[in-house]
Amino acid sequence: MEISILALPLIASIISGFFGKFIGDRNSEIVTSLLVSISAILSAIVFYEVIFNQYEENIIIATWINSGSLEVNWSMKIDALSSVMLVVVTFVSALVHIYSIGYMSHDPHKPRFMAYLSLFTFAMLMLVTADNFIQLFFGWEGVGLCSYFLIGFWFKKETANAAAIKAFVVNRVGDFGFALGIFLIFYLFGTVNYTEVFNQIPTVVDEKLNFLGIQINAVDLICILLFIGAMGKSAQIFLHTWLPDAMEGPTPVSALIHAATMVTAGVFLVVRCSPIYEYSELALNIVTVVGMSTAFFAASVALVQTDIKKIIAYSTCSQLGYMFFAAGVGAYNVAMFHLFTHAFFKALLFLGSGSVIHAFKDEQNINNMGGVWRKLPYTYALMIIGTLALTGFPLLSGFYSKDAIIEFAYLSGTTTGYYAAGIGIFTAFLTSIYSWRLMFKTFHGQYNNKKLNIEETHESPLVMLIPLIILSLGAIFAGFIFKDLFIGYEGTNNFWNKSIFFLEPLSTDHPPLWFLVLTPTLVTLSIPLAYYLFVKNKNFSAQLVNINEPLYKFLLNKWYFDEIYETLFVKSSKKFGLFLWKFFDVKVIDGFGPDGISGIIKKFSVKANKFQSGYIYQYAFIMLLGFSAFLTFLIVK
Amino acid sequence: MTEIGLGHYLTLGAVIFSIGVIGIFLNRKNIIVILMSIELILLAVNINLVSFSIYLGDLTGQVFTLFILTVAAAEAAIGLAIIVVYYRNAGTIRVEEIDKLKG
Repeated sequence: MEISILALPLIASIISGFFGKFIGDRNSEIVTSLLVSISAILSAIVFYEVIFNQYEENIIIATWINSGSLEVNWSMKIDALSSVMLVVVTFVSALVHIYSIGYMSHDPHKPRFMAYLSLFTFAMLMLVTADNFIQLFFGWEGVGLCSYFLIGFWFKKETANAAAIKAFVVNRVGDFGFALGIFLIFYLFGTVNYTEVFNQIPTVVDEKLNFLGIQINAVDLICILLFIGAMGKSAQIFLHTWLPDAMEGPTPVSALIHAATMVTAGVFLVVRCSPIYEYSELALNIVTVVGMSTAFFAASVALVQTDIKKIIAYSTCSQLGYMFFAAGVGAYNVAMFHLFTHAFFKALLFLGSGSVIHAFKDEQNINNMGGVWRKLPYTYALMIIGTLALTGFPLLSGFYSKDAIIEFAYLSGTTTGYYAAGIGIFTAFLTSIYSWRLMFKTFHGQYNNKKLNIEETHESPLVMLIPLIILSLGAIFAGFIFKDLFIGYEGTNNFWNKSIFFLEPLSTDHPPLWFLVLTPTLVTLSIPLAYYLFVKNKNFSAQLVNINEPLYKFLLNKWYFDEIYETLFVKSSKKFGLFLWKFFDVKVIDGFGPDGISGIIKKFSVKANKFQSGYIYQYAFIMLLGFSAFLTFLIVK
Repeated sequence: MTEIGLGHYLTLGAVIFSIGVIGIFLNRKNIIVILMSIELILLAVNINLVSFSIYLGDLTGQVFTLFILTVAAAEAAIGLAIIVVYYRNAGTIRVEEIDKLKG
């Protein structure tokens, strides 16, 4: 049963990918959706077993690599951590599959799209159920590849191709670090299996390594390298640039890959490696700092963007930052909790925005929307739920997870913890502002689209709304239902068992009341504030922009990250490449190599050619000379 | 008046031989001149043979000379015949135009 969770998406992908032509569009949609849905149901059963029966198993499917001391198995490790991921991945994936039937109804390449989605699901499942770093890496690269396929799905769009390549290349940077981390693990422990590695960690805590001429603690180095990989995949600051561009892909892809599942792989990695991270204070601090910087940075950028999907993409980036700093302050379970709830409401928001884009016939600029909330009542209501959940409105799922993160950051009692809590609260406020800005600009105010008559906007079909409704249920109730299970406020349940390792048990104190009330209050107050700024009194926000022109430009251009990278890396590597091409390759290698040798031979043969004059007397003369020389030689000798 | 000895004859032979050789190489005009030069070379050899024959008191050399003269006559005849045939085929016997070996 467990193995079929893995196998079904793969089979679905093969059927739809290779035989989609023969079985037709409709059948490939049905097959993939059905098989992934079955996989989702099976995952739910596994999750149930894990919750109530502490079910835990490591199923070995086959041996993959057996070379010397390197032993790698295809395996399926089921414990609390992977079961949570199984549920999140298969559920969101199944819903996205169903949603895509409606969303991609005008697309000529449906079987290919469905095949990629299923293949992605398979790769993601391989990633989360791995019991060793190599299989994790396999899944890691697999999801990266599918992400590349799906971002560039509309391959005729030049921007989509560029975005796909950008995503792939930026991820290469992270994966380089990740791969180095795995090498280092194998070098130190001689194995890549989680359990064996984690058991040996306490024995190497004080080991030092020489890395690039710096003496560094081995555990610190492993953690940092792994975290670089996580930063790439989870779009943390410095390696985040690919995520907003990845919105060039179809919206279901953004919901599945770039919101709910793949981008959370980095968080999963850090949590999975908690037995290593717990021994490295340095790495945890780095994780915290990077996490909170990303949370703040992305939220600030999201404030001024105008593309509906980019706003949500930056929001994802920001929420991932939350998860990381939760992990950084040692609250891995809370990070997982936020990952869990975030998957619901962010997928909901993305699919909802897809519904809006669909209604506006592929319009993504929120300045060209507005005033349609009566026309799209279901989408509107569902987006409201998503937004409330995202901003952490009391009693919705985001409230439980996000506030828990801020609380645990505060409770960790360290300086970085306090900073993280402060930034967390401020970012929650920003999150609320930009989310409501999106809502108000999209649905309220006056209708601003000149290309499309308001009468022509239409509500999405049922096949798109049903997944949204299911997700909205998750967005409302997931936090409330699962908070005890994931966070364990009561301290009695041990859902996580050994899958998450705490060196010291998490603090069970409660922060002061004013602190607990602060975030929800800010979040709630920001709703009327956003309404005032973006609907009631637009002049005021316009004035605000005018006064802070440089700041506005700074945010609008995403802190100039793309421009800096352009000059720093892209241009210089282009120059370097040109140098290698024009000078080194053409002049040096070709000059001395192929071209040079052929040139010499040509010159030489032109000279040699002159010997063959065809005049007998010259030939005779040469013969005579040769004969004389020969004779002379004989005589002298 | 010095005695004319072997050395003089050999020198004469060498000079005629050289004239023959040089005649072959420097001649750019007429193929018949080449033929004549070849005759000169043969004659130079004959002079050598006769000189040595007298010097050594052995008649064999002179007998050989007679043979060579005969062969040379035949050779000249064949050579001229080849030239005539060549002229018929190529329409010219100018040396600088005969470069078919170039391919």
